[in-house]
Amino acid sequence: MQQGPYFGDFGGRYVPESLIAALDELAEAYELAKLDPTFTEELAHLHATYTGRPSIITEVPRFAEHAGGARIILKREDLNHTGSHKINNVLGQALLARRIGKTRLIAETGAGQHGVATATAAALFGMECIVYMGEVDTQRQALNVARMRLLGAEVIPVTTGSRTLKDAINEALRDWVANVDNTHYLLGTVAGPHPFPQMVRDFHKIIGEEAREQVLALTGALPDAVIACVGGGSNAIGIFHAFLDDDGVELIGCEAAGRGIDTPEHAATLTLGRPGVLHGARSYMLQDADGQTMESHSISAGLDYPGVGPEHSWLKDLGRATYRPITDDAAMAALRLLSQTEGIIPAIETAHGLAGAMEVGRELGPNATLLINLSGRGDKDMQTAAEYFGLLDGSA
Amino acid sequence: MTSQVNAVFDERREHGLLVGYLPLGFPTVDASVDAAVALVENGVDILEMGLPYSDPVMDGLVIQRATNTALEAGFRLAQTFDAVAAIRARVDAPVLVMTYFNPVLQYGVEKFSQELEDAGGAGLITPDLIPDEASEWLHAANAHDLDRVFLAAPSSSPERLESSTKNSRGFVYAVSTMGITGARTDVDSAARGLVERLRSAGAENIGVGLGISTPQQVSEVLEYADAAIVGSALITALADGGPSAVATLARELSAGKH
Repeated sequence: MQQGPYFGDFGGRYVPESLIAALDELAEAYELAKLDPTFTEELAHLHATYTGRPSIITEVPRFAEHAGGARIILKREDLNHTGSHKINNVLGQALLARRIGKTRLIAETGAGQHGVATATAAALFGMECIVYMGEVDTQRQALNVARMRLLGAEVIPVTTGSRTLKDAINEALRDWVANVDNTHYLLGTVAGPHPFPQMVRDFHKIIGEEAREQVLALTGALPDAVIACVGGGSNAIGIFHAFLDDDGVELIGCEAAGRGIDTPEHAATLTLGRPGVLHGARSYMLQDADGQTMESHSISAGLDYPGVGPEHSWLKDLGRATYRPITDDAAMAALRLLSQTEGIIPAIETAHGLAGAMEVGRELGPNATLLINLSGRGDKDMQTAAEYFGLLDGSA
Repeated sequence: MTSQVNAVFDERREHGLLVGYLPLGFPTVDASVDAAVALVENGVDILEMGLPYSDPVMDGLVIQRATNTALEAGFRLAQTFDAVAAIRARVDAPVLVMTYFNPVLQYGVEKFSQELEDAGGAGLITPDLIPDEASEWLHAANAHDLDRVFLAAPSSSPERLESSTKNSRGFVYAVSTMGITGARTDVDSAARGLVERLRSAGAENIGVGLGISTPQQVSEVLEYADAAIVGSALITALADGGPSAVATLARELSAGKH
């Protein structure tokens, strides 16, 4: 297993020297914490009594009729406290931040799921919390802004650059450079400089470890494919990891194709990007010939990111995982389908994985079993969904 | 192997040096060349020309706005070399290019180095490239006899200060404060301590940057460092008052030399 700082040619620490001491401190503290039973027990206790772990699996036969009749099983990370997988990583990092004496948490957020989870942990541990969020995202996720503020966090709308997730990360990095003495940057995905890609993966790999046992218990066999949406890639790495050595299990990431990969409005980093350096790591990214980061597009704020975690780049180049683009429209159709066939409203991010599963199910046929990471619930997306489908009186 | 930057330090160390930063392409490529020439004609010893980049995490709002303006006006990476050559044709000061790493990586580290050498450039300042990740650049810098300026921070361990010192050629860029670029009322007292620690690590040429904007601050920094680096204040002058304002400010700042 790769432990970083490199995953093949990817990863590393492409950050200002000012941050290296903090990254060294974090990496060392994390290596010690991993081996310390009091840390692992404290995190396990929080997951059992606060997060709601283990999360259940749910088989969805009515949805599966639209996916070639394959057997489809959802890993219900949407049922975690705060409504997504993000809490797994946040509680781990917040515990670690407390161990190394940091009293202030900063975070970036796109859809708001990670910001809400970080604000939640800050409230739980009595820490100060600042969340950077692109101004565009504060508008399309206004309810999550209110949630974070209710939890006691300060939400700072970022008005530079494209005013989305990429720029929120830039602002968080600038804050961290200036306040690194008392501040932990609680990065929300498996991107960024070492040790973040490895550490965030480790905090999420419980998803796949639980799901592997649960699927084996339910079906007596491993799934044929494990499918998840990929923005930065944290929920996908989390569910993929337990299956990396299972050669018969296909690992499939679904990234945002936005208005289509034949248009400039997409976030299909692994499909159309090429390796470069962004936000502290070498990985695939969307960039022009000069290495300027290009603006991404997705209806889903959480996938609207022109980079991706370095371990995904490595898995792609190794051929161990494959990545496919899913359009806004395909994702929204899958969102409505799961809602109406199973009574489960997924996040728009997650719906990209569901749409991918509908394709994969048709390709593999009715004998296949697919495991999908249902990474988040869709309550936060009601405004976008209502506008998209014309669900409000007078809006259609 | 001759370092343009070392030569200037050797010649002028006793007075202290002034390093001036301006972004290429702001407000236009030609205007940035004219402004750079004006800096040298008014007392700036070494030029640091910033390559506009979409995600400048080490920079505050003044530089962000200026480099965004350059990119929106259509600045392309390849214009860097013509601009450096144009500056070198008019003034003798060394021209270092300040750049985040990805543009260099995408252009090709070897190709970028070759063209920078051909243009008469002195080398690179790399704010998001630490020596640990720089083997490709160090190799090319050696091959093309280019200076490489790495950063040192108040938070850097003694081992890391040694690494920055050992891998830098030209000078070591001492970051005066834990923060990003931009004018500040006071230059952090951390700068003096960092410079002392860099001297212990063997650094000969040390420039202090971040937050320096007045002749008094230049003079204060030059009491313990070899060079004072000014950026955001020059950009503000250029943006507000054009080439004559930036020339005036450079002349005022250079009065802070000893």
